[in-house]
Amino acid sequence: MATITTEGIRHVANLARLEFNDEETEHFTEQLARILDYIGKLNELETDDVPPTSHIHPHQVVIMGSQDGAPHVAKPDVVKPSYPREEVLANAPEPEEGYFGVPRVVDRSH
Amino acid sequence: MSLYELTAHALHEKLKAREITAVELAESVYARIDAVEPDVKGYLTLTKDIALEQAHTADVGFQSGDDMPPLAGIPIAIKDVICTKGVRTTCASKILETFVPPYDATVMTKLHEQGIVMLGKTNMDEFAMGSSTENSAYQITHNPWNLDTIPGGSSGGSAAVVSADTAICSLGSDTGGSIRQPAALCGVVGMKPTYGRVSRYGLVAFASSLDQIGPFTKDVTDCALLLNAICGSDAMDATSVDMPVPDFTQGLINDVEGMKIGIPKEYFTSALDTEVADRVHTAVAVLEQLGATVEEISLPHTEYAIATYYIIAPAEASANLARYDGVRYGHRNENPEDLITMYKKTRSEAFGEEVKRRIMIGTFALSAGYQDAYYKKAQKARTLIKSDFDAAFEKVDVIATPTSPTPAFKIGERTEDPLQMYLSDVMTTPASHSGLPGISIPCGFVQNELPVGLQLLGAPFAEDKVLRVAYTFEQNTEHHLQKPKIEKNGVVS
Repeated sequence: MATITTEGIRHVANLARLEFNDEETEHFTEQLARILDYIGKLNELETDDVPPTSHIHPHQVVIMGSQDGAPHVAKPDVVKPSYPREEVLANAPEPEEGYFGVPRVVDRSH
Repeated sequence: MSLYELTAHALHEKLKAREITAVELAESVYARIDAVEPDVKGYLTLTKDIALEQAHTADVGFQSGDDMPPLAGIPIAIKDVICTKGVRTTCASKILETFVPPYDATVMTKLHEQGIVMLGKTNMDEFAMGSSTENSAYQITHNPWNLDTIPGGSSGGSAAVVSADTAICSLGSDTGGSIRQPAALCGVVGMKPTYGRVSRYGLVAFASSLDQIGPFTKDVTDCALLLNAICGSDAMDATSVDMPVPDFTQGLINDVEGMKIGIPKEYFTSALDTEVADRVHTAVAVLEQLGATVEEISLPHTEYAIATYYIIAPAEASANLARYDGVRYGHRNENPEDLITMYKKTRSEAFGEEVKRRIMIGTFALSAGYQDAYYKKAQKARTLIKSDFDAAFEKVDVIATPTSPTPAFKIGERTEDPLQMYLSDVMTTPASHSGLPGISIPCGFVQNELPVGLQLLGAPFAEDKVLRVAYTFEQNTEHHLQKPKIEKNGVVS
């Protein structure tokens, strides 16, 4: 396992859409290095032949729309009403003409 | 005894006999809130108007002589990570300061079907990330047993309000111990059901493969009643398990004769407070006297549970929290120059430090070049931890451990050192990885009356066995009857 540098922290912050000033970058570099050092403990484990667990009950999830007992992975495609537009937009920071307003992403000059 | 001090099942009898009304009960709890909430600070939002209306509706039902559900008219507090239609749901984060859900979580729909009285929304660590509730963006919650100490976390508010009698019971959520640990530190009963028992629809997601909603109560009987109300498969949550929900009150059997209880030696290390260890050993001895067979077992991968947890949970969190971008709800940066800047400034302004730290760890663990070394390695370690439990439950019915390695610690004591705070979860994360049902029940006190919790774990879907051992212990001891004296400046409330 690798250690982490301030450059690495800046890269990860960009991936996570976060930004830090220099002081915060130093702070996070130091803390994450310590945490990752602790996590390095997992290297003591021999895991080449161990399957990963992503979910505890992989075969017991609700199978919607199963009529013949056979496993289905999709639920029936039924049209249902969604939440009223005004209720959903009530939480929006800058609703605009029935849509979510965001800063311009398309340059009009092209 | 005042009404606010009673259990839900005792109150149900009084409501049914029409000795009391639900409105009187709600007024009693709000009077208690007026008296001690300024010191405890367990609530982020109080919903008294809604509560009194719901209480009135319950009274109409009781007066009509209808057979009312066990939780009708019972005042319940809800962790502020569970969506409540029309009532602000903040996750104790600035990023959701103004968020009002347009829908109820499935657990809320189920509780409203029973006719509960919703008292308000409780404080927590921001997005349920923490072990002390100090990561709330709004306030510090104080442990009713000693106001200078933390209530545990992340569901610290939900634990503290039950302990302080400012709620009859409450709901919390448990990802790595966030129900069990605060229940232990506040001296109440707290249970995480088997992963998949309770729908997560409307539970604001932290780590989806671990998150589970569960109850805080004053005794084990109330715990079973709340489980009955909230469990069950749900078409809105594909990870909810399609299994019949038993009547959990059938597990309330005051007898452990012939039951096998395993004591994992790996939980009794030098990191465990000696007084806490002593109370847990005493509790196990009580169960042995009552007829249980006790044997030492080994869960050899226990020491890897925290490292595994602090990869898996942040990795899932980094994906789940990507939705807070300032577009559809919550905080948005003012006048950003472009979209990417808006995302970055919105998130950096409104997330607290611990949330950023976890997003950073998780993003790193999932980033190109590191995914196999960290995330996949942790998933494999998770398999080993789970296999330990699978093997143990071949031999024993229930596993008994301390819930927390220490009693409640002082406010501010661990905030400077995130790793030290993470190690608070050492007793609870192994069962989380394995999706097991686990309860924490009061089993004594240390250091001038700080509560100690006994954690009882069962095999998946064996809540009945866990409840049986917990109930038997409770019926033969008096720890759960102790109440904190909430003392501020020498005045006892």
